[in-house]
Amino acid sequence: MDNEIRKIPMALATIAISVALLHCLAFAGNLPPVKGDVLPEIQLLVPENTIHRNYLGLEGGTFFKIPEIKAKVVIIEIFSMYCPHCQREAPGINRLYSIIEGNPDLKDKIKLIGIGAGNSSFEVDVFRKKYNVPFPLIPDEDFSIHKRIGEVRTPYFLGVKINDDGTHRVFFSKLNEFKGAEPFLDLILKLSGLKGEG
Amino acid sequence: MKKHGTLILTLAAISVVLWSAGAFCLSDAFKNNIYNPGLLKPTDSILKVKVGDIAPDFSLPSVSGGRISLSQYRGKKNVVLSFVPAAWTPVCSDQWPGYNIVKDIFDRNDAVLLGITVDNIPTLFAWTNQMGNLWFSVLSDFWPHGAVADRFGVLRSDGVSERALFVIDKKGIIRYIGVSDINKRPRLEILVKKLERLER
Repeated sequence: MDNEIRKIPMALATIAISVALLHCLAFAGNLPPVKGDVLPEIQLLVPENTIHRNYLGLEGGTFFKIPEIKAKVVIIEIFSMYCPHCQREAPGINRLYSIIEGNPDLKDKIKLIGIGAGNSSFEVDVFRKKYNVPFPLIPDEDFSIHKRIGEVRTPYFLGVKINDDGTHRVFFSKLNEFKGAEPFLDLILKLSGLKGEG
Repeated sequence: MKKHGTLILTLAAISVVLWSAGAFCLSDAFKNNIYNPGLLKPTDSILKVKVGDIAPDFSLPSVSGGRISLSQYRGKKNVVLSFVPAAWTPVCSDQWPGYNIVKDIFDRNDAVLLGITVDNIPTLFAWTNQMGNLWFSVLSDFWPHGAVADRFGVLRSDGVSERALFVIDKKGIIRYIGVSDINKRPRLEILVKKLERLER
């Protein structure tokens, strides 16, 4: 009996060590992706809007992953309706979308999505309506996606190249790097290798 | 035995720190100027008013100059009071910029928004400047310290206020009270629903 009692602190210590290690591992694994990385496993809500589903080339279902988007390059903006920089940059990001969609060489190759960190569907919708955002904005109400990508500040941009074999790699990962639609697109084309691919 | 206890406490402390080390304040607009107090006790005060009460009147200095009293809106506008704990802290710094893009929702419901903290005017001036041009008034409940927050029962024991919303109708009656977990931003849709129930 005494032996059993003596084992309790050891058991508690083991549990505490395990919890701390798990936290450490989770924390270490949640740094923002860098160039060359594969995206962490994130699941996004499939947009209800048919136009947005078609834009992303999604069939339906409840969730999707970034590499399932029918494109060569996906630009992800981590934003929040509560973020002043995101609010200020919204018209510029819309312009980026328009430039891409207006260019027959780019429109099927590059897709844009926004992920609203900590934003509910209602809040994402407020942002969409306020700035007439034409591309899909996905809510991340419980910050679960935000946590997986390293709890970045907003606006944060990720560029992901999707290969023909379905694999993908992050080629761009920067905070607040949007300096206008044209220079940003130029940067994306260069870094993704789309420029020159024809 | 004692060694084990110390180990457990140390690891528990590390766990709590890691768990609470999240980026509460998301926007890059504030750069690295947001002080993170860590995870706080969700609420730490006892309400002194309830739904259906006449809201206590007050007069507070505004960041944009002059004083604003609650009674000046009586019979004219519905009023939303948004108490946030303190300038330059997480969550609050991301709450009012969101309200800043929904003026139309307030207008549609014939409501004004008054933001209140216990900070002094210069601090509020510097802090709100980072948010852009706010359409609503920001009031300082600095002196007597937190007196208005205290009259509503949302002054915490450490001298900051709760993260609280009060919806007051044109008759001056409190129609909604929402005291949130200080660590979390209240959902916008809850406030909007309450506003939409008011008489316009």
